[in-house]
Parts: sequence; C-alpha cells; structure tokens
Amino acid sequence: MIGHTSVAVGGLYGEKASGPTVDFSYVGIDAILEQMRRKAMKQGFELNIMVVGQSGLGKSTLMNTLFKSKVSRKSVLATSQEKIPKTIEIKSISHDIEEKGVRMKLTVIDTPGFGDQINNENCWQPIMKFINDQYEAYLQEEININRKKRIPDSRVHCCIYFIPPTGHCLRPLDVEFMRRLSKVVNIVPVIAKADTLTLEERDFFKKKIREELRANGIDVYPQKEFDEDAEDRMINEKIREMIPFAVVGSDQEYQVNGRRLLGRKTKWGTIEVENIAHCEFAYLRDLLIRTHMQNIKDITSSIHYEMYRVRRLNENNTVVAHANGIPEHHLAAHEM
Amino acid sequence: MKQGQFTNPETPGYVGFANLPNQVHRKSVKKGFEFTLMVVGESGLGKSTLINSLFLTDLYPERVIPGAAEKIERTVQIEASTVEIEERGVKLRLTVVDTPGYGDAINSQDCFSTIIAYIDDQFERYLHDESGLNRRHIVDNRVHCCFYFISPLGHGLKPLDVQFMKAIHNKVNVVPVIAKADTLTLRERERLKRRILDEIDEHGIKIYHLPDAESDEDEDFKEQTRILKASIPFAVVGSNQQIEAKGKKVRGRLYPWGVVEVENPEHNDFLKLRTMLITHMQDLQEVTQDLHYENFRSDRLKRGGRLSSHGPEPEEMDKDMILQEKEAELRRMQEMIAKMQAQMQKQGDGEGDGPHV
Repeated sequence: MIGHTSVAVGGLYGEKASGPTVDFSYVGIDAILEQMRRKAMKQGFELNIMVVGQSGLGKSTLMNTLFKSKVSRKSVLATSQEKIPKTIEIKSISHDIEEKGVRMKLTVIDTPGFGDQINNENCWQPIMKFINDQYEAYLQEEININRKKRIPDSRVHCCIYFIPPTGHCLRPLDVEFMRRLSKVVNIVPVIAKADTLTLEERDFFKKKIREELRANGIDVYPQKEFDEDAEDRMINEKIREMIPFAVVGSDQEYQVNGRRLLGRKTKWGTIEVENIAHCEFAYLRDLLIRTHMQNIKDITSSIHYEMYRVRRLNENNTVVAHANGIPEHHLAAHEM
Repeated sequence: MKQGQFTNPETPGYVGFANLPNQVHRKSVKKGFEFTLMVVGESGLGKSTLINSLFLTDLYPERVIPGAAEKIERTVQIEASTVEIEERGVKLRLTVVDTPGYGDAINSQDCFSTIIAYIDDQFERYLHDESGLNRRHIVDNRVHCCFYFISPLGHGLKPLDVQFMKAIHNKVNVVPVIAKADTLTLRERERLKRRILDEIDEHGIKIYHLPDAESDEDEDFKEQTRILKASIPFAVVGSNQQIEAKGKKVRGRLYPWGVVEVENPEHNDFLKLRTMLITHMQDLQEVTQDLHYENFRSDRLKRGGRLSSHGPEPEEMDKDMILQEKEAELRRMQEMIAKMQAQMQKQGDGEGDGPHV
C-alpha cells in the first residue's frame, strides 16, 4: 500500500531512488507559484509614482509615454492654460490599466509649482509631508484593531526627479531636494528633454551628476546598501553606471522606415523615443516596469516604511530605537 | 549737360559738402566703434556658446564651471570681457558683460540688484565724464543691449523672467532670446514664441523694437526688416564645432538623428539674430543714448545733490561759492570807496580855497 501511495504521489517512474532526471520525488510544491500568480492577477497590482521637476520638463508626456496611455494630470483635466501655480500643489490621478490579463492601479502624483518660484526655499516640504502622510495612513490602517483584508497602498513607491538638461552640473535646488528625499523614498533621477544634448555632452553631464551625487552622499535607486546578493549587485551595478537616464518623451507617432514609432519630428531628423541609440527611455521603462517594479515596491514597504513606522511607534523613546539597532540618522530622515 | 550737375567737381554750382558723409564715414572707420552687450540668463542655457558663435571668437578661454556646492555660496557676479574685432578695415571694440550666478540660487529674490547697480554705475560714470572739463576721451561703457535668455523648456516666461525684464526695461534695450532652440519642434517653437509675446504684453514689458525701414530704403531691406520683426523672440542654437553634413562643412550640433545647422534659417533664427545685431548696432546705441541715458540723467539731476562722490565736483561748488562771496565783498568795498570819495568831495568843497600843502 505504502509503495503504491508513494508511486501515486510521485511520478510514474519507479525504480531509481535518486538522480536529477527522475521526477521520483516531485511533490508539486512549485505549483504554488502558479497559484500565487493567479491570485496576483485577480487582485491586481498597485503602483504609485510621483513626478517632481520644474514646469515644462516633460513630466506628463513621459508618464503618458511610459504607460502608453493618457495617465497624466494634463490629459485628464481639460485645462489648456498651463499657468504656474503660486505654491506647490500635490495632485494625484489614478488609472486602472490592463495588459494581458494583468490589472494595475496606477497612480501618478504630480507636483506642479515645484522649483518654479523666484524663492524656492523649502519647496521640498510639501512633498515630504505628502510622502509621510501616506506612510501615516498606512500605519493607521495597520495598527487598527479591525484591519481591512487588503490595506489600500497609497505609499509613494518611486519618485522620478527631472533634471533640466543644462549639460553642466546639478543645481543647488536639485542637490537639496534629492539629499533630503532619498532618505524617505526611492528616487530615480532622469535627465529630461535629453534631445538637447549631443552624445558627448550627455556622457559628460551624467558623469558630473554621478560625481555630485556621490560627493553629497545622495543614494538614489537602486541603492547600494539594499542589494540582496551578488546577482542583484551585478545587475544593479550596471544600472548605477547608467543613471541618470537621459530620456525623451512623446505621445505622437510618426512613420519611420515603414513602421509607426513614437517620436519627435524636427527639420533635421526624427527622434525615436524607443530607440536606444537616440535616448535611454527604453532603459527607464525596463527598470521601472519590466524588471524592477516589484523590487521598488519591496524596498518602499520593507525599508522606507519600516523606518517611518519604527520612528513613529517609538516617538519619544529613542533608547528603544537604538536597542532595535536602528541608527539615529535613519530616524532623523523623516524630519523635514 | 544738366545731368549730374552736382557730382562733377568742375561743374559751376558744386559746393562739395556732398562729400561730408564720406568724411564722417572715414573718420568713424578710423576711430572704430564701441559696443557693450550684456547677456543674462540661467546657467546652462548656452549663453557663452552663442556669444562665441555670434562673433566667431572665444571670449572665455579659461572658463571653469563651478559645481552645485560652490553655486550655493555664490552671489551674482559681473564679468566683462573685451575683445577687438576687425573686419574689412572696420574696428569694433566689443565688450560682453556676463552675469554668472543669475537664477542659480534656490532663492533668487535678490539676484538682479547687482546687475541693475552695474547698469546704473555705467550711466553715472558717463554722466560724470560728460559733465567734466576734459571731454576728449570719453569712454562709452554704457550697456547698449541686453540679451535675455529664456529657457526653451518651460511653457513661457517664468516669474523670475518677468520680474527681471520689468526691472531693466527702462534702463537698457532688452532683446529676448529663446536659447537651445533645437529642443523644440517647429510647432512647439511657434507656440512658445506666441506665448512669450502674449506674456510680454500682459505684463507691460518694453522690449527693444526694431525701427521700421525708411520709405527710401530698397525693397530687400524692407522685406528683411519685416521678417526680422515677425521672428521676435529669436529662437537660436549656438555652436562653434564644424560638422560634416551633406558633403560640406557646417557649424552645427551632431545628434544620432541628424545635424542641426547653426546657419540654416530653417533650423533656427541664429542668422536673424546676427543680422539684427549688426544692422541695428547703430540704432541700439542711439536708443541707449537718447532714451535710456537721458531718462537716467534727468532723474539723476532732478534728484539733485552732488553729481558724483568722486572727482573735482565738490571743489567746483565751493569755488562758485567762494567766487560769489568775493564778488559780494568787492561790491561792498566799491560802495565804501564811493562813499569815502563823496565825503572827501564834500569836505573839499566845505574847506574852500585853503592852501593844500
């Protein structure tokens, strides 16, 4: 009986007790992957991306290009007048998009007015506050006695920071903002409207930016300290050598060599957005969506959010925090 | 022969003052021209590249661009570089005033007080020289024209742009320029130009207006002026690199998708900007002299007080006072003498014919 059972549970091949070619001991644990996958597809994914940068850097167009649909604030609101607001506003627009049966609730958080005023001191404060507020909301749900089955996740997973393509170096505003916010959220810096720069200018600019980020101790995504293993590190090192990505966005299609491509048409040529010889949009898209989306969410929930949570729960008790092995500067990161 | 009765020197009736313009021309060619151009705009808008492209020279050979950390500490500087350019015997002494640090700081509230102080200072100096005793070698360092660089990335003018232009439009000729125009497609460029012109109107900013062509100019010139006026603000691209394109060498920028030619009017307005500057250099100087300088001068003199804190002026004022005092003294003494004479006369008469020994 027992023998029969084991054969029935296992495969159809009897004799050999060991050897990789024989599925003798196949239990079927890996079927769980399929179950998780089905569940995830039913549940859908949530992704919250914040875009920060001065007016006119192509933030809305880039979002539309990334998700190949009109997901930006500008596409939803009928305003044709693009007036610069007097103070920074935080505007969230959510969309449900679907691809091959996978549903995603994408929220794009826009920050019009950032960096546009004459006096831009403390313009990062409203943004910091918003990010912390989302963490707070999640925390409140978590510590509730009667918790929801699925806590709605409005935490900002990724903040794309748009650097103007001056070709020289970062501006004081860029350094200040990234320095403060890289401690509470994943920052992905990009060079906006990169079709202003020739390839040499682009390489020089990127090198300069990387130097300045290093000199100021700014850790952008993918952060070195969160690499899990050697394989991760290898992949992420390659990415770290390429950031910031020099991107060009467009939601208009043109005919190029018999194919319809997204691009920008000028008198001296057509810039193809998805052509890696022209710009690095494809790398950004792959990073954010195709390869590292889950990783971005994981780092947000297991590291940034946890830091916030520990700090909040130990509000007046830094001794306990130290006992938990969390260094002071991590706690202080959420200060504005 | 009736024809050309004033051109032939031997004709009776020929005076010869028709030659005057030639004499003026020859004298000014010998003397040379002076022109001061100020460039203002945020870092990284291609100002230096454009100036080098415009005048086919390198005005900034030892340039070092500071990093972000250094920029935090810096205030706006004024850097003037002078270069002598000669072309076909005509000498131009060009001074380019650069304003590094403008708009870089996180708080740009005060970034233009230095610039305005510089412009006023040049007017003050000229006023002082003009009112001085030795007027032979007055150097004209007044700012004749200011190129204001607008970023092509925004949707129009930024608050800083508006504030700055309003602060200087009564002191200097403002020529707005859209920088790095190869960021824009043709449609985006037109839209931006219209937007900027609307905003300039809306805020009452007075930019430099090209004078209409005189009715006696030829048609080509009139047409050129029309085209120039319709293209303001000029959307320019600068470069001093030679690129091989379509078999010939052109100045341009090489991208993977094509070459932007600086001197191609279909690609950008560089040629128009250069034409405008060159054909209107004289007019820019005139407007600076007749309008901006005169405004400054009348304001300054109305405010009264000493003309300047340095120079011999204070002594002259005192000299005047001393002179007046001396004159008053003289008059008094003359009156006294007259009185004494009158008295002596009376005494003389009273004493009769006594013997005077």
